[in-house]
Amino acid sequence: MDEQESAAGDGGISTRTMEIVVALVLLAVSALVVIDSYRLGSKWGDDGPQSGYFPFYIGLLLGIASVATLARVFLKQSRRGEKLAAPGPEPQFVGWGQLKLVLSVLLPAIVYVLGVQLFGMYVASAVYIAIFMRWLGHYSWVKSVSIAVGVTATIFVLFEIWFKVPLFKGAYDALAWLGY
Amino acid sequence: MVEISALFHGFAVVLSPFNLLLMLIGIVLGVIIGVLPGLGGANGVAILLPLTFTMPPTSAIIMLSCIYWGALFGGAITSVLFNIPGEPWSVATTFDGYPMAQQGRAGEALTASFTSSFIGALFAVIMITFLAPLVAKFALKFGPPEFFSVYLLTFCSFIGMGKGSAWKTLAAMMLGFALAAIGMDNITGRLRLTFGFSEMMRGVDFLIAVIGLFGIGEILLSMEEGLAFSGKSAKIDPKVVLETWKKLPRYWMTSLRSCLIGCWMGITPGGATPASFMSYGIAKRMSKDGDKFGKGQIEGVIAPETAAHAAGTSALLPMLALGIPGSPTAAVLLGGLLIWGLQPGPLLFVEKPDFVWGLIASMYLGNLAGLIIVLTCVPLFAAILRVPFSIIAPVIVVICAIGAYTVHNAMLDIWLMMLFGVVGYVFKKLDYPLAPLVLALVLGDRAEDSFRQSMLISQGDMRIFFSNGLVGGITGLALVMLFWPMLSKGLAKVRGT
Repeated sequence: MDEQESAAGDGGISTRTMEIVVALVLLAVSALVVIDSYRLGSKWGDDGPQSGYFPFYIGLLLGIASVATLARVFLKQSRRGEKLAAPGPEPQFVGWGQLKLVLSVLLPAIVYVLGVQLFGMYVASAVYIAIFMRWLGHYSWVKSVSIAVGVTATIFVLFEIWFKVPLFKGAYDALAWLGY
Repeated sequence: MVEISALFHGFAVVLSPFNLLLMLIGIVLGVIIGVLPGLGGANGVAILLPLTFTMPPTSAIIMLSCIYWGALFGGAITSVLFNIPGEPWSVATTFDGYPMAQQGRAGEALTASFTSSFIGALFAVIMITFLAPLVAKFALKFGPPEFFSVYLLTFCSFIGMGKGSAWKTLAAMMLGFALAAIGMDNITGRLRLTFGFSEMMRGVDFLIAVIGLFGIGEILLSMEEGLAFSGKSAKIDPKVVLETWKKLPRYWMTSLRSCLIGCWMGITPGGATPASFMSYGIAKRMSKDGDKFGKGQIEGVIAPETAAHAAGTSALLPMLALGIPGSPTAAVLLGGLLIWGLQPGPLLFVEKPDFVWGLIASMYLGNLAGLIIVLTCVPLFAAILRVPFSIIAPVIVVICAIGAYTVHNAMLDIWLMMLFGVVGYVFKKLDYPLAPLVLALVLGDRAEDSFRQSMLISQGDMRIFFSNGLVGGITGLALVMLFWPMLSKGLAKVRGT
């Protein structure tokens, strides 16, 4: 019950925090691009522009844009401080309850991709769909497994047999006995 | 009237049983994609693209473009019946479409939206038929500086015309360019931004980005809202259709205006989403019943739907004529052309007339077939939305993963897709636009090539972009677009005093 209340409550990550984090990440990316372009040569070579010529300016612009975004976040904050007329709650990027829901999809998806890497697309997909349905949808095991196997079998027929597009079989191929 | 005879030749290409079948499959798949949350026009086409590698290019593009039309139609179904926009461009349709459904006028709203979609698309296709060959002929004279100035215009209009923060648009765009630069440099053959990882040599394929940003990102977003579908049931009576059709001619002004807005926004890469909002806003201001908008006014459905389809369709004009896509989906189709071994751009009209005119003819037929299919099968498609999210979500994740893998048969791409999913989720919530990121990723290499070629010609002198009337005009227009928000503010001030 506590969890549901906190979902409706104020807790969460504020938009401001997230704005700053994203702008800083972009700034870091721009630094990477600029440094790598500089390494490759961002000037004019004997035979024309060097490899880093164009990306150098791209990185520079990305950096300027992120700094500008950062500046705007801080400006807004100081303006908000001056105008106490409309304090209101801090705009929220995501509430803890929402974040939990999002992670309940994201984390299994990441585990699923790891599963694909190890056991191949088909096995991992079937297991993933079945467990997702069972955990988040609260379906019976019978229903979950039958839908999961049905979907995966359809995909198998579609890709391996009709379109002859082989999908990833994984490090430990559990379906090697099928011969595909 | 060379175009007319070329068009009829195109119809002859399309009207083979195999192509007609692909067209129908494409539209049905497209509507399903449009109805499902997390799958949309751009990533739907991206996922299915690898399946068309073995088809002849003309058949492949017919199927893929029909998926696009289908997705455009499908977005309206969920907006009207469930108040959930299946696609971003159908958000404006929910404003009046859903209230109409609540009043028991779902059939009327759907008929109006499908019909106006069709009209918008038809208007745009007719425009493409006559304008695209002219633009292409004109563009044959383009050299590298001209092409770069057109790219510049494309990207500047994004910054100037965008709704949100111009800095965020710029950041998203530059991120796209930076991602495009990863891998081998086309001209010198040196590795860029790979940091020693050989897997990175391939670069980041924009299809992976599209699938992650729009597919996985969308799933995460819809999960947050906790998705409770509570839809209105709908069945379209032929009688309601006829009655609605009788009413529609009254709103010809709204339709025409929306068509024009849509075409303009589609050709300049504004895209379908802003077009639909803009058209809705203008219709509201111009209409006699403006104050009734939002409470179930049929005009409020006609305006955004017409504009969205006109924009979605006319986005293909610059793709065909110049090789510059006007929307993310058009960008994916362009990627398809490259994979099938066709060089998009003005020469396409000369070298592959069968392909171009087949595609244009399929636009006419595809939209007509789409209209008939959606009008007759609405209950069927609405039923898809009643499938619980806890089944749909994992299946969509699986489909996205397969789509990402099949692009290059690379496992790394699936990981990248997940990463892009998170990026898409965060960017969408913080109003970083995704369309410029995707377009920059697609056009990055070619924009860079044309820039470097221009620099080689001029020996590093930037004045080459103003060296003659044509290139100077386009570059000037690009700068106007870039500073448009400031200019329009200045104009308003001058007028005000």
